[in-house]
Amino acid sequence: MSKRVGTEASFAIADAAILADVDVVAAYPITPQTHIVEHLSEVVADGELNAEFICVESEHSAMSACLGSAAAGARTFTATAGQGLELMHEVLYIASSMRLPIVMAVSNRALSGPLNVWGDHSDVMATRDCGWIQYFTENAQEVFDLSLCAFKIAEDPNVLFPVMVHMDGFNVSHVVEPLEMLEKDDIGDFIPPMNFPHPLDPNKPVTMGAFAPPVLYTECRKSQEEALRPSKQTIIKVWNEFGERFGRQYKPVETYKTEDADTLLIAIGSFTETATVAVDTLRAKGEKVGLVRMRLWRPFPFDELRDAVKDAEKLIVFDRCISYGGPGGPLCSEIKSALYGSKEQKPVVNFIGGLGGRDITPEQFEQMFSRGREIIDNNLDIQYETIGVRE
Amino acid sequence: MAKKDFEMTWKDITVGCIIHEPGSAAQYKTGDWRSQVPVWDKAKCVKCGRCFGFCPEPCIVQDEEGYYEADLYWCKGCGICAHECPKGAITIEQEEK
Repeated sequence: MSKRVGTEASFAIADAAILADVDVVAAYPITPQTHIVEHLSEVVADGELNAEFICVESEHSAMSACLGSAAAGARTFTATAGQGLELMHEVLYIASSMRLPIVMAVSNRALSGPLNVWGDHSDVMATRDCGWIQYFTENAQEVFDLSLCAFKIAEDPNVLFPVMVHMDGFNVSHVVEPLEMLEKDDIGDFIPPMNFPHPLDPNKPVTMGAFAPPVLYTECRKSQEEALRPSKQTIIKVWNEFGERFGRQYKPVETYKTEDADTLLIAIGSFTETATVAVDTLRAKGEKVGLVRMRLWRPFPFDELRDAVKDAEKLIVFDRCISYGGPGGPLCSEIKSALYGSKEQKPVVNFIGGLGGRDITPEQFEQMFSRGREIIDNNLDIQYETIGVRE
Repeated sequence: MAKKDFEMTWKDITVGCIIHEPGSAAQYKTGDWRSQVPVWDKAKCVKCGRCFGFCPEPCIVQDEEGYYEADLYWCKGCGICAHECPKGAITIEQEEK
């Protein structure tokens, strides 16, 4: 039976990896992710988890070791954050193109410089196009549930892609929260044994990571893209099965009080929970406002997003990342892309904030609501505004 | 391989671009890269095999008499054999195509 426990979200992820009975963890500690792999190295050292814990000298090596381990058919987990994710960068693309079902937790962190260990989405967004399945969690329960799901999704024979489970550094990773912890008996056959179709095997040699000259490279890329897009169906299927078995339902795009709303706040990550407080306050004042919480980031849930916003007139998007010299925040530009060309064009305004661990309060979401409507109603030519910055 | 590289569509690409046939690299015609070609002077060659040992491809083979020659399907014309030959028996010459 599941039991209600109080635990830090980082430990909840580690516990999910233990429940999934991972074979190999190759990781390098980095704030705010360290507690995850620290806990895993303890349970391996104590003999509570029968796995290899590979201490590596960098994140580049961590992901490289994960490639080898997954290619050999071992269930593989790692975790990183911020600069660590960037140091992995080139290897991330190799993991996805080789279709290796690695699961990685990322405690989202700001990028240097200036040096900053706190949370924002600069690290995630820099890896947007690396071909991994990526989704966001908002609290310890979601982190636990969706890390478990990640193994089932990644290893599904119809998917075979690595999965990144994102949680906001500190705001989620270091917070002790109550959650329903599942146990081995609860899990049952939810995560079937790892069955990588073509593992490295001396008795049946294959070549992985071969080169592709111009005559083949385009075909390789196209086949990868054509495999990633439909993985959304399996992601939804796994989340639905999780919901049926364990009673907590997850969707690619989730909504809060969006019925009859004329204005929608849209956000991703843990600050969506803060935004619900603002929505409640604004609703109490009679405003028809709702919230769209983006969960699945790659493959991007175009249909679900369009459906979630179809009845709204004004959209206000909050980003925790700047695309320097670009259109504003990455989430907002993605949403604009998703809506471009649809029958009813809606005004979309963008706010950027919560950078490098700066808090965003419910009152600031109320400010974004009122200022956003002002920008739209007066047709102001503003690309984006930074919320909470001292002018 | 059932299909040549230029005939393969994206649907023919295996999951993870894995090559299931061992030793398929031998099919790759690296000789296409060559602009110069090694030429052996049998009068100087002492059949020491140094060129055979140093060839990075490795594409140098012995003929029936024990002399060495490059298999031009793979020879890239890099010139290492000529550089390493202790007798100066190999010269690198512009290849006329």
